[in-house]
Amino acid sequence: MADTIPFTEPAIMARELRRSFDGRPAVAGISLEVRSGEVFGILGPNGSGKTTTVRLLNGLISPDAGEMRVLGLDPVTQGDQVRRHTGVLTESPSLNEGLSVYDNLEFYGTLYGIPAATLPARIKSVLERMGLTSRMLDKAGGLSKGMKQRLAIARAILHEPPVLFLDEPTSGLDPEAAEQINALILDLKRQGHTVFLCTHRLTEAERVCDRFAFFSQGRILATGTKAELERQIDGGLRVELEFAGEIPEGLVGTREEQMLQATVDTRDAIADLVAAAVTAGGRVVRVSPLIPSLEDIYFTLQNRSEAPHELA
Amino acid sequence: MNWRSIWAIARKDLKEVFANRAVWAPVILLPLILVVALPALLILMPSMVPQQQMNIPADLVAKLLVQVPKGLAELIAPLPPTQQVSLLMVSTVFAPMLLTIPLMIASLIGANSFAGEKERKTLEALLYTPATDGELLLGKMLAAVIPAVLLSWVSFVLYAVVVNAASWPIVRQVWFPTPTWWPLMLWVTPAIAVLGLGLTVIVSSKVNTFMEANQLSGVSVIVVVALVVSQVSGALYLGTGLIILLGAVVWALDIGLIAVAIKTFSRSSLITRM
Repeated sequence: MADTIPFTEPAIMARELRRSFDGRPAVAGISLEVRSGEVFGILGPNGSGKTTTVRLLNGLISPDAGEMRVLGLDPVTQGDQVRRHTGVLTESPSLNEGLSVYDNLEFYGTLYGIPAATLPARIKSVLERMGLTSRMLDKAGGLSKGMKQRLAIARAILHEPPVLFLDEPTSGLDPEAAEQINALILDLKRQGHTVFLCTHRLTEAERVCDRFAFFSQGRILATGTKAELERQIDGGLRVELEFAGEIPEGLVGTREEQMLQATVDTRDAIADLVAAAVTAGGRVVRVSPLIPSLEDIYFTLQNRSEAPHELA
Repeated sequence: MNWRSIWAIARKDLKEVFANRAVWAPVILLPLILVVALPALLILMPSMVPQQQMNIPADLVAKLLVQVPKGLAELIAPLPPTQQVSLLMVSTVFAPMLLTIPLMIASLIGANSFAGEKERKTLEALLYTPATDGELLLGKMLAAVIPAVLLSWVSFVLYAVVVNAASWPIVRQVWFPTPTWWPLMLWVTPAIAVLGLGLTVIVSSKVNTFMEANQLSGVSVIVVVALVVSQVSGALYLGTGLIILLGAVVWALDIGLIAVAIKTFSRSSLITRM
């Protein structure tokens, strides 16, 4: 249980992890650190090594090479202890559909070592939190897709693990159901859980994650906060100026009708650019920083990764 | 070993058996046919069919009468040949047939528990729990072996009731079971259940559906068919000594199968095949 594990920092550490299947590398030298209490987004397409990394970190498979720790425990030699302190939402909900909602949670609660005396209260509390109390006695197979996902999350958090691995939690859900799951992830973070979130939905990840790792073909292209990742793709800040009338000559940047897109090194340089434009006779009506989306950053980095050593 | 986890796995698998008609229907039907319909028909047939129309294997009857326990031989000897055949069939020849019950039930439940879990995509969540590989395997094995053995014993009791009831008008006494049945039920039956399950665990690791696993592991029924044929042909009579030896051979096979099953049922090999 959560209270028996010492606080460790980082919550998750992997160094040069490698794992191949039939000679094909699924994870090819991954290094990362996840801090306690953060939501760490693992972003990448299907087959990029996200799920294999989750399996490695939970001791389901052993690495061919490399080192890893989860809450200070070694998943290779202490797999069952690691799994006692982690909760995993698998890519498919993996529910026992012939059993009731309650029976599903009772079964997993028992396997996670929740004492029999406190298990019913714990189940009821988690069901209430997930909005599933009224479906408690229904078979899991009869739930909607969104409800199944919520039940699978209920199963993952039932034993109050300090670390949660969520593999594509919003995959296949409608926007409303996906929004509920994202709100739940933020709620879990507020409660101090460390969340290792695998997803290929970059827009959603941008809203819930503190830091990111971009996965591609078993490798990490880049890690960091969004601001740190932005700096990796661009030497400076991009800014767009809109003019009323002609754009004056002598300003450096890309011109399109009454718009000028320029790159500056610092925030102060934006003021210098505006001043130069005004001095040159330009009538500036709008100044907007151009913030790349996570998706822009990801695809830029992925394109660069075709030259493998560029990102090393 | 965490027995709370092991029993939870066994209980869960059994709940799933009763939620799946493709599994529980044969589990109920097979014993009913074998222990009620067939013996009743065998015993009652001589009184329904004219004797001259029945082909009595006189040699086999004579041979069996020498081999069966003395009490049974004395009971059967004075009866008409057709009734002799009937009682010899239900008391001796039919014995190995009843071994199909633990074999088939263990295979059916095992296939549902191992390959079925893969098919239903519920195995992965189970592998992420702190239960050890040994606890997972043992829980699943108990879910198959315990009902297989218990149902076999219940079937045996039912069989004894049917045989005694159907033969009451002929012999006017409770004469069944004969001594050879006790080692068969208490020693060989659990061994056969483990044999069926061991094969199913190994087969389940190679296939992805309940039906495939059940069909492939069902091949093990050949062992039982061979025993029945041997008895019917008179080539082999399963006396107490031979039954105890048979049980020992099956248990030895079980140990080998379980060793292979333990090797097969590891998280890493299961997850990489999903």
